[in-house]
Amino acid sequence: MALLQTSGLNKHFGGLHVTNDVNFDLQPGEIHCLIGPNGAGKSTLFRLILGEHLPSSGTIHYDGTDITTAKPFQRIRKGISVKFQVPGIFKALKVRQNLEIALQHHLEGHSLGEEIDRLLEFLNLTDAADQLAGNLSHGQKQWLEIGMAISLKPKLLLLDEPTAGMTPDETFATGEMVQRLNADGVTVLAVEHDMAFVRQIAQRVTVLHFGRIFAQGTIDDIVADERVAAIYLGEGHHD
Amino acid sequence: MTLSDVQPRRRSRLAAAFSRLEGPQTMGRGPGFWAGFLIVVALASAYPLFSDGYTVGNTVYFFTWTFMAMGLSLIWGYGGALSFGQTAFFGLAGYTYGVLTINIGAEYGFTLVALLLAMLVAGALAALIGYFLFFGRITGVFLGIVTLSITLVFERFMAQTAGPQWAIGSARLNGYNGMSGMPPLTIPWPSGDIVLYPDVTLYYVVLGLVVLVYLGLRMLVNSRFGNVLVAIRENPERAEMLGYDIRKYQLGAFVIGAMLAGLSGVLYTAWGQYITPSSMSITAAALPIVWVAVGGRSDLTATLVGTLVVLGGFQALTIYGSQYALIVMGALLVVTVLVAPEGIIAAIAKLPARLRARSQKGEAV
Repeated sequence: MALLQTSGLNKHFGGLHVTNDVNFDLQPGEIHCLIGPNGAGKSTLFRLILGEHLPSSGTIHYDGTDITTAKPFQRIRKGISVKFQVPGIFKALKVRQNLEIALQHHLEGHSLGEEIDRLLEFLNLTDAADQLAGNLSHGQKQWLEIGMAISLKPKLLLLDEPTAGMTPDETFATGEMVQRLNADGVTVLAVEHDMAFVRQIAQRVTVLHFGRIFAQGTIDDIVADERVAAIYLGEGHHD
Repeated sequence: MTLSDVQPRRRSRLAAAFSRLEGPQTMGRGPGFWAGFLIVVALASAYPLFSDGYTVGNTVYFFTWTFMAMGLSLIWGYGGALSFGQTAFFGLAGYTYGVLTINIGAEYGFTLVALLLAMLVAGALAALIGYFLFFGRITGVFLGIVTLSITLVFERFMAQTAGPQWAIGSARLNGYNGMSGMPPLTIPWPSGDIVLYPDVTLYYVVLGLVVLVYLGLRMLVNSRFGNVLVAIRENPERAEMLGYDIRKYQLGAFVIGAMLAGLSGVLYTAWGQYITPSSMSITAAALPIVWVAVGGRSDLTATLVGTLVVLGGFQALTIYGSQYALIVMGALLVVTVLVAPEGIIAAIAKLPARLRARSQKGEAV
């Protein structure tokens, strides 16, 4: 059974159809990348899954339950977690406190401190623990937010352009981080532009174009698909 | 489970609660800070011995406002929700205390019951208004506009209650002339009730309340609740995406803040045995913002010290004319926003650490 399934999902903003009849499924344990040219509807699909937008029609099922109209925090409590494109961290608070706020749901006292230390090490942020989060480098901010997202012990981790603005080294390290999480059983759905990163992590790729699913398959299938290459060059839309 | 299993856990919970007197959300930690705190409390306790009754009564007047300021610090400084509604809850609680005690009297400690009831009424109205505000996702400047409107509507309403038809039982609301004649707070005592007129006894009661509320709020803001509150201030979307129903936390802070404003309102009303709609005017609604912003809204200590300093300065200036004093208050707010947006008292308190960091950086270079 799919961990996440959208059926006939539509989202219109006035006359603008941003998501068109999307039937999308995510299998448990996979790393799935969502790609497509600008304006393809990737972010909207993301926000529909998160509950920040409600669909105009269609349904979203997660782990066997209908979450189409659930509030964002209710979806998070069911085991979905997210890392935003622009690092969504608490800039005026220390790195350690950022993680504490994310972890305090299920931990307290000594075990809370231990888990924070473990996460700091996983994120390569041990030395920055007592810095204000706003003073971190861009890559470190992205990692901190990934740390906050995985603090919730999610079944499904949503990553919106997790490597945006990173150096190639940071991008590669992020890819390794995602693979280690996946090895621990976390299902990952990532929106990503950086094809090197997609090649590094993706087990399955979905291409969105004009709000529809345009192609789906392994990264090799997608790269070999001439129609996909064409839409990235702006030639793929023939009505 | 035996009793011996339970007691250590209870003890550790108590210890955990006290450990929250210090934390990331409050300035001041360690023996040095707490020694200073005890010295200040001791000096404040000894102060009536070296002062006259009028000055002590006047100091109580300053203290009565600090609860409203600390409540605003919780809502705005910690929670990030700018509210002009504090004075509405101040006025509502003041009038409620008046109506209750004028009708029922001060016997059997009823004034203390009335104090609690008035705070509850303020809290209940805050829960109702806050529900629509926060569950309606009203944020930022719109929250300020709506809360200011509510305050001014309440002031306008009370201002037109001059006629004799505007009475609740034997309590005349009295329009702009204000409601008067309510009894002061009275503590029942076997050898005769202790009536808290604005002098030394009331001073100690209110000082005790200031210390209790200050320490209680320190524990609250350093708790999990406080963590989530500052998370909402910093990035509400992220806080929600960590699974927190941020609306409930915002509402909680709003209600607690409103009840503290209500405590100020009751103490003020009982202090002067008088309350008028002008305590909810646009000037009155703006002044708490000035106290809290100038002191340092994101810290309870800075808010408390700032409020007392600004109130003292304001009263000293009103000798030369209350309108001039208001202009100075406005100027002070502008200067604060431009020079020390985190608050002047907070900036002064953080100065030594900043200088130390700068000199260390200089050495490193």
